[in-house]
Amino acid sequence: MSDTATLAAPAAAAIARPPSRAQRISDRAFLAFCRGFAGLSLLLAAFIIFKIALTAAPAVREEGLHFLTSRTWDPNQGAYGILPEIWGTLYTSLLALIVGGAFGIAAAIFLAEGYLAAGVFAALKAFSLAYKPLWRDLPDRVEDLLRNLIELLAAIPSVVYGLWGLFVIIPLIRPACNWTHARLGWIPFFGTTLSGPGVLPAVLVLSIMILPTVTALSRDALVAVPAKLRMAAYGMGATRWETITAVILPTAARGLFGALVLAFGRALGETMALAMLVGNSNKISLSLFSPANTLAALLANNFPEAGPHEVRVLMYAALVLLGITLLVNVVGALILERATAGLRGAR
Amino acid sequence: MLTDETLDSPPAPLEDDPFAQVDFPGLEKSLRRPRTLMNALLSGLVALMTAVALAPLLSVVIMLAWRGGKKLSLSVLTHLPPAPLEAGGGFGNAILGTAVMVGLATLAVVPFGVLIGVFLAEAPLENRLAQAVRFAAKVLTGFPSILAGVFAYGAVVLATGGFSALAGAVALSVLMIPTVVLTSEDAIRMVPARMREAALGMGATHTQTVFMVLLPTALPGILTGVMLAVARACGETAPLVFTALFSNYWITSGGRFDLMQPTASLAVLIYNFAGMPFANQVELAWAAALVLVLLVLAANLTGQALSRRQRQQS
Repeated sequence: MSDTATLAAPAAAAIARPPSRAQRISDRAFLAFCRGFAGLSLLLAAFIIFKIALTAAPAVREEGLHFLTSRTWDPNQGAYGILPEIWGTLYTSLLALIVGGAFGIAAAIFLAEGYLAAGVFAALKAFSLAYKPLWRDLPDRVEDLLRNLIELLAAIPSVVYGLWGLFVIIPLIRPACNWTHARLGWIPFFGTTLSGPGVLPAVLVLSIMILPTVTALSRDALVAVPAKLRMAAYGMGATRWETITAVILPTAARGLFGALVLAFGRALGETMALAMLVGNSNKISLSLFSPANTLAALLANNFPEAGPHEVRVLMYAALVLLGITLLVNVVGALILERATAGLRGAR
Repeated sequence: MLTDETLDSPPAPLEDDPFAQVDFPGLEKSLRRPRTLMNALLSGLVALMTAVALAPLLSVVIMLAWRGGKKLSLSVLTHLPPAPLEAGGGFGNAILGTAVMVGLATLAVVPFGVLIGVFLAEAPLENRLAQAVRFAAKVLTGFPSILAGVFAYGAVVLATGGFSALAGAVALSVLMIPTVVLTSEDAIRMVPARMREAALGMGATHTQTVFMVLLPTALPGILTGVMLAVARACGETAPLVFTALFSNYWITSGGRFDLMQPTASLAVLIYNFAGMPFANQVELAWAAALVLVLLVLAANLTGQALSRRQRQQS
């Protein structure tokens, strides 16, 4: 509040008289100015989409729907198709959503239930320090630390994850992958050897990257469940996990679902880590160890050296990516909005 | 699921003691009971999964400190990138390029974003325009960063005829706007209503209220948003790969900044060097990654410290 004291003196001097005509006019102008900027931002969003669509339009006319179903990408022959990229984008994102979603929601439950704070509290109590002034805050501090650590996962740039995946993850999982292929090669998921970049390393890194999104949004949804529901379940004799599975998760289901959809959107648009790890090869394969390609990686790899025609075709691919991610993001945002509105009613 | 084990035993004849029928040992918490066991197992599983989720963070930090720290030195921070098979070299131009592009984008975005934030916070909740802007901003936060690059390519690179720092800055500012808008709105909304009402009650105009009361009070929160946006922009690679491209030289030409030429950035340098078969380049990529992560962390921590200050204030 010290700031307000220092600001009060000049502010009070300036507003201690009725506003002059000029001030009233400039006030109107300022409000209109803000509204104008807000309108402009909507226009900007529309302009972004319009610009991409416009640059892609010639290619859309030339290539048509065949572009979406053809499998070759050969600038020398002018043959372009993005079916493998669409498949690769959806396949890697879906797998990453399964892995990242499971771990992300588990971490969200761990955080929302306050396990860590309770554990630290119990440990302190064992040394009878739990109510000492110096130690009293420790459980909350440790809990905050854990939450910040998980958010830190989101702060690490995607290209650093790519570098890490290239030099840590791939050498680490390669022997295990090739062993699995040798034993279980008849299962389509293990149908090829991992010779470097491929779907699995990309999926692992991608799931690490979407985990903070899942955890942060799901934790919000879990914490928003009214406490009386939990207390009622405990009061009826349910154990903690019976309460979680039968009461809390169903109540927060919509929020959790929204979190997963938004995370899926993130995974679809994620570029650099995938461009470095997925292998950039136009293959459609169920195998987790085969190289593949995604729409975003295709853009990142081909744009810098593309000729005029290839640029237009790439714009078409960008338009497809835009369509998919926009759809997923809008659906996710709507679900989350309705989830919070729904819980407001339950309270 | 909730059947009590006491129901299984035949009811004893009623006596004076009302608790005679209660199976007290059966109410003890014991891990031998399936329900409690399940509870403990699931709790353990969740704790384990959280620990596994944090393992990559630990690994990334260790690898950065080990492989990046080995190469990091003052000369690396000030020299130009080496040619293939050349020893030494550094990424001074990339640090400068990142700073210039992020700085330009920040300068462009902050006034714009904060004013939109003011509008969102001041407009009534049911205002159609405000709702639309808020929704657009929320959707744009999940906007794939590469599409910002595609947009800047179409709008700047194709129009000006070449890759440039300006195009990179445009791409980055598209990514920064939603964060700045949404966090400034939150920060301004967090200003206690009594302060706003006091100002209005004294006869201040809206403009005066905004500039003399709301913005100064919300400043730490707004700066938090700006720092978060800066942190994100520093680490973004995808929007720069084909807008600013890369360059082995300084961004200056003839002693002045030249914004219309291809420009190096830390993120693109890491991407380019990581795929090279030369040990020196790979080592430099790790060192650049360490510098980049330190930059991003510094921006993030500054932002968090500022937001803590605001929370204590209000």
